[in-house]
Amino acid sequence: MESSIAIRMVNITKTFGEVVANDKVCLDIQRGEILSLLGENGSGKTTLMNMLAGIYFPDSGEITINGNPVTIASPKDAFDLHIGMIHQHFKLVDVLTAAENIILGLNETTVVDLKRVREAVKQICDRYGFVVDPNKKVYDMSVSEKQTLEIVKVLYRGADILILDEPTAVLTPQETQKLFCVMRNMKADGKSIIIITHKLHEVMEISDRVAVLRKGHYIGDVPTAETNAQKLTEMMVGRAVSLDIERSEPVNRTARLVVNNLNVCDKDGVNRLTDVQFTAYSGEILGVAGISGSGQKELLEAIAGLQNCRDCSSIEFISEKGEKKQLSGMHPIDIKRLGVALAFVPEDRLGMGLVGSMNLTDNMMLRSYREGKGPVANRKKPKKLAETVVRDLEVVTPGLNTPVRRLSGGNVQKVLVGREISMEPQLLMSAYAVRGLDINTSYNIYHLLSEQKKRGAAVIFVGEDLDVLLELCDRIMVLCAGRVNDIVDARATTKDEVGYLMTYLKEGGKDRE
Amino acid sequence: MSKQKSASHEPFVRMSKRDGLPLWKSLGVRLIGLTLALIVCAVIIYALTKLNPLRVYAAMVKGAFGTNKRVWVTIRDIMMLLCIAVGLAPAFKMRFWNIGAEGQILVGGLAAAACMIYLGKSMPTIALLVVMFIFSMLAGGVWGTIPAIFKAKWNANETLFTLMMNYIAIQLTSFFVAKWENPFGSNTVGIINQMTKAGWFPTVFGQMYTLNVIIVMILAVLMYLYLRYSKQGYEIAVVGESENTARYAAINVRSVIIRTMAISGAICGIAGFIAVAGASHTISTSTAGGRGFTAIIVAWLAQFNTFIMVGISALLVFLQKGAIEIASQFDLNDFVSEMITGIILFFILGSEFFINYKIRFRGGKKEAGK
Amino acid sequence: MTQIISLIQAAVVFGTVILFGAVGEILAEKSGNLNLGVPGIMYLGGIAGLIASFLYEGNAANPLPGVAVAITLLAAFVAAMLGGLIYAVLTITLRANQNVTGLTLTIFGGGFANLFGGTLNKMAGGVGQISVALTSGAFRTTIPFLSGLGAVGKILFSYGFMAYLAVALAFLVSWFLNKTSVGLNLRSVGENPATADAAGISVTKYKYLATCIGAGISGLGGLYYTMDYIKGTWSTDGSIEKLGWLAVALVIFATWKPRRSIWGAYLFGALFWLFFYIPGLTRSSQEIFKMLPYVVTLFVLIMVALRRKREDQPPRSLGVAYFREER
Repeated sequence: MESSIAIRMVNITKTFGEVVANDKVCLDIQRGEILSLLGENGSGKTTLMNMLAGIYFPDSGEITINGNPVTIASPKDAFDLHIGMIHQHFKLVDVLTAAENIILGLNETTVVDLKRVREAVKQICDRYGFVVDPNKKVYDMSVSEKQTLEIVKVLYRGADILILDEPTAVLTPQETQKLFCVMRNMKADGKSIIIITHKLHEVMEISDRVAVLRKGHYIGDVPTAETNAQKLTEMMVGRAVSLDIERSEPVNRTARLVVNNLNVCDKDGVNRLTDVQFTAYSGEILGVAGISGSGQKELLEAIAGLQNCRDCSSIEFISEKGEKKQLSGMHPIDIKRLGVALAFVPEDRLGMGLVGSMNLTDNMMLRSYREGKGPVANRKKPKKLAETVVRDLEVVTPGLNTPVRRLSGGNVQKVLVGREISMEPQLLMSAYAVRGLDINTSYNIYHLLSEQKKRGAAVIFVGEDLDVLLELCDRIMVLCAGRVNDIVDARATTKDEVGYLMTYLKEGGKDRE
Repeated sequence: MSKQKSASHEPFVRMSKRDGLPLWKSLGVRLIGLTLALIVCAVIIYALTKLNPLRVYAAMVKGAFGTNKRVWVTIRDIMMLLCIAVGLAPAFKMRFWNIGAEGQILVGGLAAAACMIYLGKSMPTIALLVVMFIFSMLAGGVWGTIPAIFKAKWNANETLFTLMMNYIAIQLTSFFVAKWENPFGSNTVGIINQMTKAGWFPTVFGQMYTLNVIIVMILAVLMYLYLRYSKQGYEIAVVGESENTARYAAINVRSVIIRTMAISGAICGIAGFIAVAGASHTISTSTAGGRGFTAIIVAWLAQFNTFIMVGISALLVFLQKGAIEIASQFDLNDFVSEMITGIILFFILGSEFFINYKIRFRGGKKEAGK
Repeated sequence: MTQIISLIQAAVVFGTVILFGAVGEILAEKSGNLNLGVPGIMYLGGIAGLIASFLYEGNAANPLPGVAVAITLLAAFVAAMLGGLIYAVLTITLRANQNVTGLTLTIFGGGFANLFGGTLNKMAGGVGQISVALTSGAFRTTIPFLSGLGAVGKILFSYGFMAYLAVALAFLVSWFLNKTSVGLNLRSVGENPATADAAGISVTKYKYLATCIGAGISGLGGLYYTMDYIKGTWSTDGSIEKLGWLAVALVIFATWKPRRSIWGAYLFGALFWLFFYIPGLTRSSQEIFKMLPYVVTLFVLIMVALRRKREDQPPRSLGVAYFREER
């Protein structure tokens, strides 16, 4: 056995109910290398790594570390084997300080000795170039601070093998560069690093080797130097795809939604949106780009009447007939009563857009159950609608009486989008509409949105994949720290420009319409 | 190095969520749980009385259904428990932990008793009953609405709020019991209007408790229809599942919470009315008698289906009546019924697990709970 | 003056019962288990202690107070722990709903305790006849010299040892939660079990231990009630249940902090007995005064909800079962 192999996984299989998340996956990790684990959402990357971290236990297969077969039945076993994982959703306790989070579960001393922890943390920070304040409570930390804390936590536990699950998803490009720098330092120190990602340019930049998973199967691995983005995409999706989204020219473009001076603050009084100003036109798709948490959610929710806007805010809806209606300060029910056909596909599908435990029919009436006179809810129409949606959008479901929670992610989204489109909206808003969906379903969704645009609806599309934004949208509004940094022509701009706008707030931060 | 330390120990038992079990299977699991509970109870009863448990169970049946009067008392108590559970159903469907049924029953009962005492002489019975019904309903409704307002506006924990409201209601009852004391010095209210029977449920079809059955069954059917088919019932289900979804669907969450708790409290208030006017004809701090808590378990186990509630209420009341019978036959005290109720509920609660989860043991592919 | 002193004394005695209950419940709730079975657990602790001392005094040839106290404490603690164990098995392993299970435990504990309490009464020759004078006396022994020191002695030193044990336990639990590694782990289990799990903490083990030991501590409240408060007797009037719910209320009042629950407990006691010291109350208006502890708890509940201070909130995962392989 080669001595440079740190971890060898052989024929690992893991199923969840009927779903096979990993099917006989084999993977080697060398000492002192940065390995990218590449795959689409739902390809089983995280599941596979969770088995190294002791979160899941494989149904079958073998794991050897430095040539010795091991069983990783719990996270504790993983620590003992010097494996540390930084999860996408941080595993931190909000009300504890950084130092307390670091020593969680270690029981090094009976009485917590914070002074010693602080010293040790400082040493780690100095060695790799981190900045962590051990006394800061986690609830006061920014996302990147939390991530740094997570890395320091696993290093404190003596990890030699670090697994990072989509670490850059929540970071600005600058923070990403800083992270990569730290990763290189750790590699130089002899540590093995696995980075789970689906961002190709990052794969090319940081890793030594790339391993690809597709739908739970191991496809293969290549040294990064011997491949390119095109080849990797092919491995990832199984066939060559050019991101070829059909985009028609806007027709009959009139102002549909005029937003001025929109200010929203959250429960703690922090400003989430500041002086937002833009216009959405009928017959076009307005993309919204930005690092996650830049105010996208608040923007859509404010328009839908789900956020409290400051008094100065103006959200003016202009109907097809040219009637102007002020939506600011309205509750969703008021907006409905005004006759504004506003469709909204929220980010949290089962937590906001749908009711997981209800069946398809009952979910169809979520927005329309008030229709009809009398106290009794009419279920005939929703049932018909459910049948139509299932047929037209090819929803895979055992039946109309199946709780939507039991459908797969793609089918859940089809149900949600199907219902929203059925109301023939004048304004359609969607947030991360293709997150977690396979390529085919994603294209279905793009197509549906484009059709709404052709129908004359104003579409607002909040996205995270810049390639998609550039190819699908007509204009792209870039949010940065709750402000509109700029609105650019999607046909003329470049990824670099949008990326730059996402991170550098321009002076004044106004749009240039 | 610690490489070998953790060699080869697959977890002994592993569990995973089950995707809905066919109805007959889930009923089977519950039946097994119930049987086990009865066996455990039999062992305990044997240990206490040294009597053949089968004979003891026979005595229980006799206790619950032995005479015509007993049958009716059993039915009366089933209706009482069912009424409270029906009242709790909408609140629990909304995931509002209304632990305050005890208090809502008491204030409902207080309102009924007050009407009997102050209006008993000046009104014909039918009109008096209507007035009592309305005031009990209002009192219970108000008692249920107070915690709902604080929950809706400031998200104050409703479990603890309603719990405290119980004790405030109990003290309120103590206050009125001392005020209405009869005869003086007894510290009880005594039977109200014993001579005139004003405000008592009339005998219908020759039975004292017919009206109890009629009122409660009407409520049960209405509640079933309300939760299942009405727009408001739909709103309750959405709010219970996710407040975010409810807001998204343009549902005014606050007003749904308050409205639902007003309904829930009002029905519990009606239960108090039935307890006073249709059963005990008096009021005391034990008028609710812990049934407000038992009904929570009934509503929860029935998953808010009012028809299943009938069955569970019947089972629990039968056990109580039976246990009281053996207690008196074999010289134990009445509390044996609470103990047995507790044991049986433990087993039913435990059996829910095997309906919702699959278990696999190390090595084999054996599945439990089939 | 004597009135104030006797009010304080009554408050401390009353407060001690619910302080045990609350400290135990805080421990359980810090692990994320909202155990509404506290009244039942206190019942179990009370009756087990009573039975143990009854049997010991009746059967031992020459019963010794020290041994009686030890046996009684042990019996109460173990019985209450077993009650907690039932709750733990159902909610942690079998994932039954915590509220429903807790309520059932309260029904069961009350039934069990009153069944045997009633039987004991009967065996002893009727209600109020049961007597465990020796054990009760030992529980009620005050510090000989200090308790005679006038007002100070009366206020500070006129109680049985369990009153001091309750305060010591509150400090101990506070120290344990805030200063020790295991306490830190326990808090993280109640806040965010998935995080604790990923940090190698056995969520199940911590929940079991916290719930069972917490139940044991709560059970001592029942023991103090039977041995000291009602002097080694038993009555089936439901007072333990009432006190148990007050203990649950006290946990909220103290915003999950054991040290705050100490003065909270005495405040509850003072509020509860206040009616006794206010002249001119009729028997019915006294009942209105007895509402005070509940009203005050409601007030605190509302204040906590209004202020939203992070440190005062309940443990984040309170009431939620944890299941690792959920996705």
